[in-house]
Amino acid sequence: MSEGFPQAARAALADTQLRRNLAGATATIRARRAAAVAECDDWQELRDAAEAIKTRTMARLPELLEMLETRVTEAGGTVHWARDAAEANAAVAAVAAAHGADEVIKVKSIATDEIGLNEALAARGVRAFETDLAELINQLGDDWSSHILVPAIHRNRSEIRRLFARTIAKGRPLTDAPEELAEAARVYLRERFLSVPMAVSGANFAIAETGAVCVVESEGNGRMCTTLPRVLVTVMGIEKLLPRWRDLEVFLQILPRSATGEPMSPYTSLWTGVHPGDGPEEFHLVILDNGRTDVLADELGRQALHCIRCSACLNVCPVYTRVGGHAYGSVYPGPIGAILTPQLKGLHAAPTLPFASTLCGACLEVCPVKIDIPSVLVHLRGRVVRETRGRVTREGVMMAAVAKAFGSRRRYERAQRLARLGHGPLADQVMGRWTAMRDLPEPPAQTFRSWWRERQG
Amino acid sequence: MSARDDVLARVRRALGPSPSAPEVPRGYHQAGASRDGDAVARFCERAAEYTATVTRCGDDALAAVLGARARAHGVTRLACPAATAWAVDGAETVPDDPPLDPRTLDSIGAVVTGSALAIADTGTVVLDGGPASGRRALSLVPDVHLCVVRAATVVWSVPDAIAALAADGARGRPVTFISGPSATSDIELQRVEGVHGPRTLEIVVVDEAP
Repeated sequence: MSEGFPQAARAALADTQLRRNLAGATATIRARRAAAVAECDDWQELRDAAEAIKTRTMARLPELLEMLETRVTEAGGTVHWARDAAEANAAVAAVAAAHGADEVIKVKSIATDEIGLNEALAARGVRAFETDLAELINQLGDDWSSHILVPAIHRNRSEIRRLFARTIAKGRPLTDAPEELAEAARVYLRERFLSVPMAVSGANFAIAETGAVCVVESEGNGRMCTTLPRVLVTVMGIEKLLPRWRDLEVFLQILPRSATGEPMSPYTSLWTGVHPGDGPEEFHLVILDNGRTDVLADELGRQALHCIRCSACLNVCPVYTRVGGHAYGSVYPGPIGAILTPQLKGLHAAPTLPFASTLCGACLEVCPVKIDIPSVLVHLRGRVVRETRGRVTREGVMMAAVAKAFGSRRRYERAQRLARLGHGPLADQVMGRWTAMRDLPEPPAQTFRSWWRERQG
Repeated sequence: MSARDDVLARVRRALGPSPSAPEVPRGYHQAGASRDGDAVARFCERAAEYTATVTRCGDDALAAVLGARARAHGVTRLACPAATAWAVDGAETVPDDPPLDPRTLDSIGAVVTGSALAIADTGTVVLDGGPASGRRALSLVPDVHLCVVRAATVVWSVPDAIAALAADGARGRPVTFISGPSATSDIELQRVEGVHGPRTLEIVVVDEAP
């Protein structure tokens, strides 16, 4: 992050087009989610199960990862391990080089955005084509994702029409009807689906017990990428595991309803290694750490790894719905990003993000795996103060003074007298940013204590 | 130290000696939960909500119904799985044997497949790469997908489907859950049907003769 969240948010708030696009889109998706969730009378029980499955998965992660590796290998796949982004990118690039592929097609994958895969491949002469419509829009516009589920949510149809007219649909008549824009993407990508020899995907889930990898999507680009090319590489964070096949019965219910607000997404694909005669002849699974074990080491913060990337927390967040995703300066925006990014990259890299919240708790209420985002935010705020701020701050001095004043009756009463004198312009000077967003309560003319003493006397 | 051993060692270090591993409470509706009503009727209703077209018929009328649905989309040739060829009145079926390459599938433009099972609650058909479902590419590349669902294979819920796939030994096979035609909501959250997968999904539910 070059600048902190407050500066980036101020710029975003000044963009009225962005705010209109965001307000409309998030209201639509909130309503859809609410309706889809209301259909399930066992929704809370599903959340309870999902939370426990994820907690259990983290506790047993080493054995489950090894089990997944064994199963995928038995099924004809190859497993690669990557400590960080560079190792993961190198593993993907090596597969491309082995097959002489100078083009790859990609399924939307935030993990590959996180590691900067497209740029790393480009540096090695391999061109990556994003095939998800929103990712394609962002790639063509040299733009980046502002929402986990609908990455081009900050763009409206006429902006997209102008972009397509100067890129993939040059010289063809094009209106801003979403049907026409989607058709332009279909025509542009069809030939690539049929000809490009290698694809890269992320994973929504991987089943340790069977070695199955799962991708949930809507457009069919995921099916194209995981079915048609000769080689498939999946990049997956270590936290994406589920222990058992049976666990899918929980997650395939909570993910689509929380994400797009549908009972099921149009396509859910599961494959296990290589299926001779059906789909890719070669399958590689890259298991990625890249900071995740640092998150795991924080006993309270580790629940951020339970996230299934549904994005429900973004759509209900009073901060996200106004500033959008770019202000978070990360591929993981919104409330989940505010707890995930500082933990993945280190608090020094994103010290303002834990403060990018009102702590209203709406995110916890909708989270299908019950991540207690507000508590983790508060915890991280404490860590930011303890671990990254060496200098004396005005807020710190103030809090120390308050602690001292509250320590004895004499000092407390003197402080009350001073507060009555010092309230007003002087307080704003002393309190600085604290009062920029908050009203200082007016002290009463007489304190309870002095009133009580008068009454007694 | 290899990356593998290093990552696993880091995970163990991060977790500490005894991380809490709670039992999973499964208070939700599990597989086999009894339900009132007609699962097949519910499936038809739900699938239609995705603007998939759903037709229900008896075994003896299947070829005629498939023919009518093919004609409705101007289809005269359809690919079909190598092992299970359906008769489609008035149209030619092209078996996937030897395997049809993607370009051929693209130019044929239509396919008729079966399915492993279907889910009433969500209007989903599930293909499992078995003889009725065929290879994944078959039901993906052509723009029109006619999908035959045997009424007896309709289950109520997602947990029922996950359990049934495990019981059938389908866990190791490529499994695809299809809920309506390909769609996107990437432009202003407005749903557009038909992006890369089949733009038309025609479901034909067959009630076997008793």
